[in-house]
Amino acid sequence: MSDIFINTVLTLDASVRVCIPLIFASMAGLFAERSGVVDIGLEGKLLMSAFIAASAAVVFGSPWIGLLAGIFASSVLAMVHGFASITYKGNQIVSGVAINILAAGLTMILSLAWFRKAGITPTLKNDQRFLSIDLPGIELMDHVPILGVIYRELISGHNILVYLAFAIVPMVWWVVFKTRFGLRLRAVGENPKAVDTAGISVESLRYKALLIGGILCGIGGVYLSTAYNAQFVKDMTAGSGFIALAALIFGKWHPYKVLAACFLFAFLDAISIRLQGIIIPGIGEIPVQLIEATPYILTIILLAGFIGKAVPPKASAQPYIKEL
Amino acid sequence: MTRERRLSWINGLLLPFLNVLTAFIATAIVFILIGVDPIKATKILIYGALGYDEGLGYTLYYATNFVFTGLAVAVAFHAGLFNIGGEGQAYVGGLGTALVALYLNPALSAWIVIPLAISGGLLFGALWAIIPAYLQAYRGSHIVITTIMFNFLASALMVYVLVNVLREVGEMSPESADFIKASWLPFVHDVFASFGYKIAKSPLNLSILVALFFSGLVWFFLWHTRWGFAIRAVGKSNDAAVYGGINPKKIIIITMCISGALAGLVGINELMGVQHRLFLNFNYGYGFGGIAVALMGRNHPVGILIAAFLFGILYQGGAELDFELQNVSRDIVVVMQGLVILFCGGLEYLYRPILIRFLAPIEATE
Amino acid sequence: MAESNIAIELINVDKHFGAVHANDKVNLSVQTGTIHGIVGENGAGKSTLMSILYGFYQADSGQIKVFNKDFRAISSKQSIEAGIGMVHQHFMLVDNFTVLENVVLGSEGGALITESLSNARIELTRLAKEYGLEVELDVAVEELSVGMQQRVEILKGLYKGAKVLILDEPTGVLTPQESDELFRIFEALKNQGVTIILITHKLREIMSITDHVSVMRAGKMVAHRETSKTNPEELAELMIGRKVLLNIEKSKAKTGNPVLVAKNLEIKNEQGLKRVSDVSFEARSGEILGIAGVTGNGQGTLLKALAGILPISNGSIEIMGQTITSKNSLNPEQLRDLGVAHVPEDRQRMGMISEFTASETALLGYHKDKTINQGVWLKRALVKANCESMMEAFDVRPNNPNLMSSNFSGGNQQKLILAREFERDPDLLIIGQPTRGVDIGAIEFIRKRIIDMRDAGKAIILISVELEEIMSLSDRIVVMCDGEITGMVNGKDADEATLGMMMANALPTEEISEGVKL
Repeated sequence: MSDIFINTVLTLDASVRVCIPLIFASMAGLFAERSGVVDIGLEGKLLMSAFIAASAAVVFGSPWIGLLAGIFASSVLAMVHGFASITYKGNQIVSGVAINILAAGLTMILSLAWFRKAGITPTLKNDQRFLSIDLPGIELMDHVPILGVIYRELISGHNILVYLAFAIVPMVWWVVFKTRFGLRLRAVGENPKAVDTAGISVESLRYKALLIGGILCGIGGVYLSTAYNAQFVKDMTAGSGFIALAALIFGKWHPYKVLAACFLFAFLDAISIRLQGIIIPGIGEIPVQLIEATPYILTIILLAGFIGKAVPPKASAQPYIKEL
Repeated sequence: MTRERRLSWINGLLLPFLNVLTAFIATAIVFILIGVDPIKATKILIYGALGYDEGLGYTLYYATNFVFTGLAVAVAFHAGLFNIGGEGQAYVGGLGTALVALYLNPALSAWIVIPLAISGGLLFGALWAIIPAYLQAYRGSHIVITTIMFNFLASALMVYVLVNVLREVGEMSPESADFIKASWLPFVHDVFASFGYKIAKSPLNLSILVALFFSGLVWFFLWHTRWGFAIRAVGKSNDAAVYGGINPKKIIIITMCISGALAGLVGINELMGVQHRLFLNFNYGYGFGGIAVALMGRNHPVGILIAAFLFGILYQGGAELDFELQNVSRDIVVVMQGLVILFCGGLEYLYRPILIRFLAPIEATE
Repeated sequence: MAESNIAIELINVDKHFGAVHANDKVNLSVQTGTIHGIVGENGAGKSTLMSILYGFYQADSGQIKVFNKDFRAISSKQSIEAGIGMVHQHFMLVDNFTVLENVVLGSEGGALITESLSNARIELTRLAKEYGLEVELDVAVEELSVGMQQRVEILKGLYKGAKVLILDEPTGVLTPQESDELFRIFEALKNQGVTIILITHKLREIMSITDHVSVMRAGKMVAHRETSKTNPEELAELMIGRKVLLNIEKSKAKTGNPVLVAKNLEIKNEQGLKRVSDVSFEARSGEILGIAGVTGNGQGTLLKALAGILPISNGSIEIMGQTITSKNSLNPEQLRDLGVAHVPEDRQRMGMISEFTASETALLGYHKDKTINQGVWLKRALVKANCESMMEAFDVRPNNPNLMSSNFSGGNQQKLILAREFERDPDLLIIGQPTRGVDIGAIEFIRKRIIDMRDAGKAIILISVELEEIMSLSDRIVVMCDGEITGMVNGKDADEATLGMMMANALPTEEISEGVKL
């Protein structure tokens, strides 16, 4: 009984850790897509930020400099995407693909040039990383049954970026639904012409949305290499950017629903590792690959409209061209 | 009229050329940033790719894969579809090829086995594209997103199949048994040898002829058949196509099947031509490379052949760079791919306003 | 004219789009508190001029003064601040936003919207009362009728403090009754000192509502008049540049057997909304059946269904012995094989492919034709030769099948499409808006060709929003309103007043039933 309980708590705890980059990336995607710019370059931005953050943390000896560097790297890519798709009205998907491939190549080339090893940065020392924080009162809570374990394992013992991720979601909700910027953001993704004729610059709105996305995505990447892991390794995002995109669709571009989708996908990831080799009575062994593929399958089913319908902002993927 | 001609010259030739040039210059800047002399690197790259028989063989061998995935992306583009699923379609296409090449009666003639194994690749590639196509056509799910998802599904499927189904008993590494001999496509150096010419050994095999054949076929199909007309009509204007009695839904399915089938041919080069067994990630990077090739080749088979050759040079020359210089690896090719996609795709209109302003100014009318 | 009375003054405003000279040194002055009409044909440059004033486009050169102050807009922001509001022909509304959110967008007044929304609610309620512009504030605009959406647009302008309101073709989507309601609002606005600029190509509106009128032709401002001192004939002549040709010579129709019989048709549009209900009519060989109505009253949907593009959800269509029902539909290809030709309403989006060459556009719909296919091979040389002869026959200029379709003028594009459809010798012609956006010379040519086809014994169904076109071409006229047939008259008996009443479904009931039942 208590084994199952502890295991569950530990699985949930692992889910939380896996969930973080998904949250940052999907919130980044939410801003971009709400503004009418499709962002399939989330993966590349995460990767680039993870690499630059780990590099900067090693060189300057501080995770905070790593954080700033990671955010900067991701934002630069976001602005490249903006330059191509907003200013030059290019194909947003093509430019997103370019960013993903560019990041994959640059992280390899730069790591070799800087650290003499392709696709890897030196291991970060503890003071170069974001470490877990023990929340106050763990000892006190330990005496409380059930809740004590939950508090120690699940709620306490995460690094600052984890708490930031969970704080960001309500902030995103508030910005999108309660502020002037949010109102305009939602409008520009639906009908940019209405925004333009209301005297608001479509381009500047979209750039702002992409910049916020760049920053958020950057934090997600920083988490991967300086908090979740202690170095950058080749292709360490392993599709997180695309899972985040799936979560964004699955959550229908709404912050809380997207958060739930992120957590669901992270949970599937966490149990897939634990279910490896375990034979479930009556079913047999569930292939790990099947569980790993579940987020994608679920998203495809949703997209197909078999359960509900995911309708993206109307103007998404269309460059805004001024004409009557 | 003269302005129109100048405009079409700018859009058709000058602009693509400048875009490619910009991608090259940007790569040169990356070289400089990592402390490599770009001119020296280019010399090594060109020599490694074209300077000797073996290098040239490798270049053409890599180019073959890019022709297949480049054509795949281009065909879909003509119907207005962006097939990002080339990676997965190539992967699963390889499974189709492998199944034929593993389980056919070894006594059969190569003249039967090879066409069947190629068909296996075509068929499985097409099958992997048909679900995203169906979802786009009949359920309105965006093909970009679904094909991305299908890449990951392909990856999961292939790991499962290789680990749990095709792996030989007692083997550790997830790969299949060797294909039957009759399915092996001859190496070009062997073909030359049989005519008495001796050239260096390389992985270049007769798949390159298949690639040339399909390039010609795609050209004929797109511009000289009624189906090609229908595909291009759907790509340019869905409403006009419907008006013209063309069913866009059917066209989406047909086009994606063709696209997936073409991507599925990567396996014949890699598996039937060289490795003679199925293994993990043989497709790696070619699907996305195909996007760069198609964009650079302006979605035209001739352009794609040229662009694929260029990427072959980069792949092979990049390996030479890896070997010759300490601080650069062949991943520079990936950077280059990214830059080509960025400048020939996302930023394709970068120079347009300037060029039009200076080379084709508006003349006073009347 | 006292200088302080001038709200808007444009001096030598000039604007090019590519090779098109949209506004050629335009001058205009509008007096405060008046209704000023700007008339001109489609493409005369009216909308461009007003979009420059509204900051949507920037003029290449020229000077603008608003309330006697020099004015330069780099975006609509400056125009709104200067007190200019605009109601575009296609509404600039965010469909899934509420009325309130739409009005507030762009003038929120603070970084947070909760307070702005409640302030706006009070202000809008006041404005609505003052001008008789009542709208429900918390409904998503996609659920409102077109007339209501237009009110939202006007409210938007007023809320932003507009003292000058520009309306671009506001009645194009309205019934005559809704238009009257709109004009009543205009009067209320004028009484409060608001200046109104009305862009239209309908002379009747100009005569009945405006104080002043300016006429544009081919990018130039050609005349300014006081409305009370001019008349429709003069304005028409100014708009077109020569005497209007109104009636085309045509002989009496030699009507034959019914070619198409529609019974109790019910049709849903692409979005699944019922746009046509219980429509019955027949088209006979040797006659032109005109279908009149205000844009968006189901004619377009009906046309698409007749051409096989949309399925019907109820009723039946008999075409040359074949019966189409909801269960047994024919696609456009099958209909073409039966001898149905279709000139679509939307030339740019449907009738042609602008990025295709002329010869490819001339192939649209006929690419499976046996004469040009040999096995799998499409004989492109023959396609080009065919296109050349079509261009010859219909005087399409330039006579070059390799030129991109987008490089032809509107009139030549339309002639190419007509050539494609007419040259196949069809038995039934379905024609939508044959002369929309087409220059005068081509209009005459196109109308004559349509009559020629009638005289050759073809059945023709003609849909047009130009009443004048319907009246001058049709042998019989069916009028549609809100998806139903509201009247049916003989072409020679038709007068604009009766048709107008029918278009608004405002005839006494007995008269309609008499007209509808055949």
